[in-house]
Amino acid sequence: MTGLPTPLRVGRDALLLECAGPEQVRATAAAARARREAGLLVCDEVVPGAATVLLDGVVDREAVLADLAAWADVELGAEQERAVELAVTYDGADLDEVARLTGLSTSEVVELHQGAELRVAFCGFAPGFAYLAGLPEVLHVPRRDEPRTRVPAGAVGLAGEFCGVYPRESPGGWQLLGTTRATLWDPTSAEPALLRPGTAVRFTRA
Amino acid sequence: MPRPGADPSLTVERLAGLVLVTDLGRVGHAHLGVPRSGALDLPAHRLANRLVGNDEAAATLECLGGGLRVRVGAATTVAVTGAQVPLVVDGRPRDWGDAVAVPRGAVVELGRVVVGLRAYLAVAGGVAVEPVLGSRSSDLLSGLGPPRVEEGDELPVGERPGAPRPVGVAVPPRVGDPLELAVGPREDWLDAAALETLGRAAYVVSSASNRVGLRLEGPALTWARRQELPSEGMVLGAVQVPPGGQPVVFLADHPTTGGYPVVGVLDAASVARCAQLAPGDEVRFRLTRP
Repeated sequence: MTGLPTPLRVGRDALLLECAGPEQVRATAAAARARREAGLLVCDEVVPGAATVLLDGVVDREAVLADLAAWADVELGAEQERAVELAVTYDGADLDEVARLTGLSTSEVVELHQGAELRVAFCGFAPGFAYLAGLPEVLHVPRRDEPRTRVPAGAVGLAGEFCGVYPRESPGGWQLLGTTRATLWDPTSAEPALLRPGTAVRFTRA
Repeated sequence: MPRPGADPSLTVERLAGLVLVTDLGRVGHAHLGVPRSGALDLPAHRLANRLVGNDEAAATLECLGGGLRVRVGAATTVAVTGAQVPLVVDGRPRDWGDAVAVPRGAVVELGRVVVGLRAYLAVAGGVAVEPVLGSRSSDLLSGLGPPRVEEGDELPVGERPGAPRPVGVAVPPRVGDPLELAVGPREDWLDAAALETLGRAAYVVSSASNRVGLRLEGPALTWARRQELPSEGMVLGAVQVPPGGQPVVFLADHPTTGGYPVVGVLDAASVARCAQLAPGDEVRFRLTRP
């Protein structure tokens, strides 16, 4: 890991590790998991954010702060590199609007979306909802002014610098490009989320 | 041990408000966007379980505002904690905050709350609905765990555990006490007057409050910056300040990540107290440095 994150104390038993960028977020989260497996970090949660990693429910926070300097040397080789391909039907209700906002044709939008090498930066909003980073800048579009009250499960959308897929039907304000039939979220599975922090994602045409 | 043939279920005969199955929550999945959920007043949930001899992780019923009538299918022990409510078993008043032995077929009634907002009903063996991701808690927003309890539901109850363990004395919620706030990590996103305001002013609990957050109304806290904070992990008891300046205390069903600055975090006892605050109640903060 290049450089160390800056720790901030949160409440009585949490630490927010501020990172220099997405690479350091990934490395810090991976180091935290490795430290946990080695029994050197005891905590309830390791939660990556856009530029931070939260350690929540930390037992002996001061000891973890003292140990942080050693995280730069944590061996991350064992981290498994997951990659997922999602087949999309590009029939989204906002495809034309995204084309208008970006000044591209709809087929150019689709091509750029499929060409992007994306990665889950963090999860949130709903169980299994992943914020995928790595979109080309031209595809950065604002959220809809009026969020929809009902977005179907599997809807693929854009908002800001992120792409996301709705794991189940919910309200939502992202610009919808299309739909995937993949199961994003299955709470009965040992690995309930298809997309988890660090997973590499590529979209293909269904 | 239940007698052969005795079905230790709870039949819900009547309820007045939102009743949810709850336990210690789904901790450990926040990185996948799974809220912790679980009992809003955790000490009350734990105490109710200890009173009836359950493990603290057994599921109880969280009754908003009280007002619940259930019939027990087998002789058992029940306990009611959290918000103070009248407890009546087969028409006879019984003690709130104590273990109460009830015969097979007994009707257990919780009246409307006298002090606090959320009462917890534990039954020996615990409510034994199927766990999801290690928890039996209802998380209505995330669609995890059982649906809300309805009249006519027959809730399964687990094997009776051993004897009740020694416990402290149940006390009614101390709703008037100030909330202990450890300042940070994003207090620098607010202007210099904000912390002073937060430590001095009285806020009122809004009727828009729910299990996600206790929404407060009072003097607005002004942002010192105009950028967007990149989304970051959120903790239980975080006091988030949206651009409008009215603080929100994150409770058990809070989102796992959020993009508004957190001015401070409540200690566990204060979070439990928040579970017992009703719309219109006044709250004050006592600020400390973590």
